[in-house]
Amino acid sequence: MSLQFVVDGLLTGSMIGLGAIGVTLTYSILRFSNFAHGDFMAWGTYATLTIVGAIGAIFGKVAPIGPLSFGWPLLVALVAGMAFTALLALLLDKVLFSRLRSQGQAIIVVMASFGASMALRSLLEFTFTSRPTYFSRAIQIAMPVGFGIRITADQIALLLLTAALVIGVHLLMTRTQTGRSMQALSQNPALARIVGIDVARVVRVTWIVGAALACVAGVMIGILVQIRPFMGFDMLLPMFAAAILGGIGSIPGAVLGGLIIGLAEASAVQLIGAEWRAAVSFIILMAVLFVRPIGLFGVRER
Amino acid sequence: MSETVLDVRDLEAGYEPGVPIVRGASITVGKGEIVVVLGPNGAGKSSFIKAIAGLVPITGGTVTLDGRDITSAPAYTMVRLGLAFVPQTENIFPLMSVEDNLRVACGILERRDIPARIEEMYAAFPDLVRQRRTAAGNLSGGQRQMLAVARALIVHPKVLVLDEPSAGLSPKFVAMVFEMLAGIRKSGVTILLVEQNAKAALAIGDRAYVLVEGKDRHEGVASELWNDPVVAELYLGQRPLSAEKTPHTGNGGAA
Repeated sequence: MSLQFVVDGLLTGSMIGLGAIGVTLTYSILRFSNFAHGDFMAWGTYATLTIVGAIGAIFGKVAPIGPLSFGWPLLVALVAGMAFTALLALLLDKVLFSRLRSQGQAIIVVMASFGASMALRSLLEFTFTSRPTYFSRAIQIAMPVGFGIRITADQIALLLLTAALVIGVHLLMTRTQTGRSMQALSQNPALARIVGIDVARVVRVTWIVGAALACVAGVMIGILVQIRPFMGFDMLLPMFAAAILGGIGSIPGAVLGGLIIGLAEASAVQLIGAEWRAAVSFIILMAVLFVRPIGLFGVRER
Repeated sequence: MSETVLDVRDLEAGYEPGVPIVRGASITVGKGEIVVVLGPNGAGKSSFIKAIAGLVPITGGTVTLDGRDITSAPAYTMVRLGLAFVPQTENIFPLMSVEDNLRVACGILERRDIPARIEEMYAAFPDLVRQRRTAAGNLSGGQRQMLAVARALIVHPKVLVLDEPSAGLSPKFVAMVFEMLAGIRKSGVTILLVEQNAKAALAIGDRAYVLVEGKDRHEGVASELWNDPVVAELYLGQRPLSAEKTPHTGNGGAA
């Protein structure tokens, strides 16, 4: 058996893991499962694609960076896309989630996120059609790196980007006052207010971080696979499975969970066939819920 | 009396509109005093103190801190206004280290002053130093209470407000907590506390109020209230307070 599945698994796992960070943050801090998180991915990707197109219209054709398939316009567009996705999440929170949250019933917020998910997805299909599209149609040559593994320059760059983002978010959570406030809010919202934490501000930061990472995950899928309105929705189950496997509220857990699911999916494709790929995250999710419902890094509720 | 730090006048508060739990309670706390609010179960003591701290909606009356109206200020602004509150239970962040528990409360301090201020707290509460990297949830009951108080004091509050600091603690820790509060007052901090454990609280308090059915019904010097027949009547029906036995555990406990 070829070890190629390791690279494939790490890449899929990175996309899942980056998305799962947002899922786990929303769940632990805002206390609901946000089913629209996948659609943040798709919206971020289409926003990035649109901005890349706009830059192309202004500056003409730009040469790609070294061996990569993309040039500086994609990087600029990605940053703008992250900002756009964060604004979208903040807007959705303002008009929808925060109003329902104040009524205090989590299940209503969850249902609202389902509705928001469908509406966002339909809007994308309406605007961009459901035909798949791509950032670049150029074909990259994969370099052999030994053990039968081949990897492209894009793939290496995106794995490094994921690692940098994960380390950055982990440092934000553990070393900054904002991160400590986020932890405090997830552990005890009433006490967080008593010690002087402005909950509304922390909630905004949570949305911004989660949505920006969702955009990056979406753009990764766009670069390595393809761009479709359903691209985010299809990631929901693996993202939730990763967040639960890692332990709700844990950033390292979400990323590790994503990598485990990515690797499990990729090896399943090799061992038992591609048609079983989607079942893998479901089976892992079930197994975790039965065996260790608090996840790898989770902590039992008091 | 010394100058008034906290002045609560005709406070009305409750979770639901039209159902007040606190019904026109007034107290004052002078600078450097320990003021105790006593009262029978269900008298609204806890709601009273939580309303002052911005955690229960206020429907009438005023709360003035150091001459500034803080009535109905959002709870998260209270530390900035000078009021630090220690809830009765769940008053620490269990998964964060002791040090992070202290640091997360330092939001209103200048960033460069924070490390020194944390060391000052460790000097005042030496038990916490050895545990600085421990998750706060692993502390003993007494140490948790210490951490909660240190976390409140770290922002230099004008008044420290505590909701039943002895609740749920074993007798050994109860003595320790009240000793700690007496020590804190010596350092010049003004303290307001609600307590079920009347004897221990009156022993360290300067003045006390008795709250019954959401209203302040009696006030006096702490050391005299213990034998005051009026208090006994308000507090317990008929029995004088000094005749109060230590609550027996009953048969309902462990088999």
